[in-house]
Amino acid sequence: MLTATELVYRAGKRTLIDRVSARFDPGKLHLILGPNGAGKSTLIRLLARLLRPAGGTVLYDGQDAAHRHERDLARRRAVLSQAVEVAFSLPVRELVLMGRYPHFGARPGAEDLAICDEVMRFFDVTAMADRSYGTLSGGECQRVQFARVLAQIWRPIEGATRHLFLDEPLTFLDIRHQVDFMEKVRTFSSQQDVVVVGVVHDLNLAVQFADRLLLLDQGRILADGPPADVLTADNLRGAFAVSPVLLTNPATGRAHLVFESSAEN
Amino acid sequence: MNARRADRWCLVVLFVLMIVTTVASIRYGAMDFSAHDMAAAAWGKLSGQADMPLDQRIFIQLRVPRAILCLLVGAALGVGGTLMQGLFRNPIVEPGLVGTSSGAAFGAALFYVFPALLRVNLGGLTLPLVACAGGVLSTYLVFALAHTRREGRSSILRLLLTGLAINALFMSGIGFLSYVARDPAARSIIYWNLGTLSGADWNSVVVVGIATIGGLIPAVAFAKSLNALMIGDDEATALGVNVGRLKWTVLTINVLMVAVATAFTGVISFVGLIVPHILRMMRGPDNRFLILGSALLGGTLLSVADLIARVSLRPAELPIGIVTAVVGVPVFLSLLRSREYLS
Repeated sequence: MLTATELVYRAGKRTLIDRVSARFDPGKLHLILGPNGAGKSTLIRLLARLLRPAGGTVLYDGQDAAHRHERDLARRRAVLSQAVEVAFSLPVRELVLMGRYPHFGARPGAEDLAICDEVMRFFDVTAMADRSYGTLSGGECQRVQFARVLAQIWRPIEGATRHLFLDEPLTFLDIRHQVDFMEKVRTFSSQQDVVVVGVVHDLNLAVQFADRLLLLDQGRILADGPPADVLTADNLRGAFAVSPVLLTNPATGRAHLVFESSAEN
Repeated sequence: MNARRADRWCLVVLFVLMIVTTVASIRYGAMDFSAHDMAAAAWGKLSGQADMPLDQRIFIQLRVPRAILCLLVGAALGVGGTLMQGLFRNPIVEPGLVGTSSGAAFGAALFYVFPALLRVNLGGLTLPLVACAGGVLSTYLVFALAHTRREGRSSILRLLLTGLAINALFMSGIGFLSYVARDPAARSIIYWNLGTLSGADWNSVVVVGIATIGGLIPAVAFAKSLNALMIGDDEATALGVNVGRLKWTVLTINVLMVAVATAFTGVISFVGLIVPHILRMMRGPDNRFLILGSALLGGTLLSVADLIARVSLRPAELPIGIVTAVVGVPVFLSLLRSREYLS
């Protein structure tokens, strides 16, 4: 379980995250929504401890993340950043194996290699295992990055919850792979009791897959709860300045959003 | 894995190549030694023979330490290049980029033009000490100027550009000193800026040996973390690497190795740039291979360059920096033209 209490983060004089508190539960998919510049990526990076907050705490399983050793933390939480650029072109298999770095010393063990094969199969990138990363398309690159990140937390760790942070994972993916990825993450999360926190832009995908939504605006939480409670017309107008029309998806019974141009009309 | 085994074989081949060139390098020069001469000299030295003939003394006191110094300096430059390219995530970076070698060269120029300014006189170690101090100082200057309170993605870029600026400043300082200098001093500055191993003796072997091996061991230990840095600062942090500490350690290792090596030999260009390139072309960017490989290949290439420098104009010598540039530039350009590598 992950708990954030009164998180504050500043860049210069601007307050990017303003007293954010939230709880994230194992086995659940939490998605953070909000307009551009709302602080979504900053919040993800604070929760993943890639950034140190100016105030407040992040607790992993009740323990303060600030005092945890980097490598120890890396065994229980994985992060996918917005756009990963690889400086030198290396084989896909080597890149995926990097996800196991926190788990082995100088050389990977048999288990590390086995996990690599499993995650590559899970994300359907086994066929490109020996190709050079630089030759892949944008969508293929993204799937290889998924495999790398999942390899890091693929197996349970005794006495610790695993955490997965995804900052806009769906960029570069076509619709089939977007849905496919969200389904895989949800399955993985619920079967393995992993805490998943992500940022996505597509509100309808968020409604379809999230167990819980957090609506962020100007560094503060505007709403936090089940999708139906968060994505109300009022909240969306407040955060995005758009007027939604709420329909019901006949297949799932969940909400489906269509937008008119702006709030003023 | 197969790739691991291929890496290991590649290192073995590089090691054998290094031994072969070293043997050639101690055998040929202004004076050639036969296998018999070399064995006699080595035996004479080991058995503590008092009255060794002059040519054997030359062999033991000049030729052998020079060959070893070549290996050490080449290793320092090669590993320095690999570390800096890995750290800056950029394949066109060389170890002198953060100001180390231009500062060392400036220190050496000061030594030649104003020897009286230096109160301390440590004999043969004075020049290396002044040069090393110059290298460390200029590197410190680059870091102090590039450091701002707000740590961000731009900090590496700022470091790179500050390094370029400080390099230009020290180069103009060297230009000024050689302009005002009178002839022997001016010639010495030029000579030093082109690099030479003619000052090699057992003292320099010991000092450079300590710095190079002292840097190589932690560099190997940090190779895996440096690999993680290939995919970015945040990603490396997420993989459990303390990125801030990694950067400082790697930079310190590089400054130590390059400043000390440059202090004894002058500025030797291109080795630090092309060695990591050649190895990456051969076996890919894994630093666990690159660091050891660049130590071996750097030493080998510098030995070959020194051999060319010594025999091409015999009995005179060519500055080694000219050889490394003449050989290095075409190699580098042909690497850049290969499409696969830069994609």
